[in-house]
Amino acid sequence: MERIPILRMGDSLLVTIQVDMHDRLAMTLQDDLTTAISRNRSKGVLIDISALEIVDSFIGRVLANIAAMSRVLDAETVVVGMQPAVAITLVELGLSLPGVRTALNVERGIAMLSALSTPVMPENLLDDE
Amino acid sequence: MTNETLPIRSDNDVVMVRQRVRARTVELGFSLVDQTKMVTAASELARNTLRYGGGGDLRVELVDSGIRRGLRLSFIDQGPGIADIDLALTDGFTSGNGLGLGLSGARRLVNEFELESKPGAGTRVTITRWK
Repeated sequence: MERIPILRMGDSLLVTIQVDMHDRLAMTLQDDLTTAISRNRSKGVLIDISALEIVDSFIGRVLANIAAMSRVLDAETVVVGMQPAVAITLVELGLSLPGVRTALNVERGIAMLSALSTPVMPENLLDDE
Repeated sequence: MTNETLPIRSDNDVVMVRQRVRARTVELGFSLVDQTKMVTAASELARNTLRYGGGGDLRVELVDSGIRRGLRLSFIDQGPGIADIDLALTDGFTSGNGLGLGLSGARRLVNEFELESKPGAGTRVTITRWK
């Protein structure tokens, strides 16, 4: 069965989507990532979508689900590399990807993840939620 | 460029629809943003045809108004039809488990949008985007 590869990078996971995913493939990625986060005790997930030519409501929902599920499993997700035309279309479609962190490119995404995994001070913990 | 009909019977057909619509918008010289909008709208509607219409066909037509050219896509199924069209076009309404942005979102991405449906008689959604 066709699958999107998930790479381990320290305590994070890296996914680069390079194919035009059909819906079942996107659902498989969602399941595989959730399993991988739990198995590897990952703290971060980086999803590079720079090769994606469109993000429709289905893929948008999958990205939002991955972000929500990883948060429940104590990991943060950053989606990086969205093409400008995709971003314009996504917003006009009515999707703003609530709850999904984004960064311009892989480098900034990695910086964001490492900033997020820095131990928090007790007062920050209280501010949470 | 000739008109054509594409089947929508599987997830892979939806991917094919996206690729054909992309190729057609490129042939017509659409800007990248306009290509992306038309392909995204096609993806939403093809998925609806598959999920809610039980599969169907896409008719792809080149249209010419005399002063400009465009692409017209008709998604046709013989499924259960839509009982309340106004409700189906409301943001966030879904009869499945989606986000409810398929129809309403696709409408915002194109220049012309037409929906014909009767319960029991299938659904035809026609969208046009001009260059």
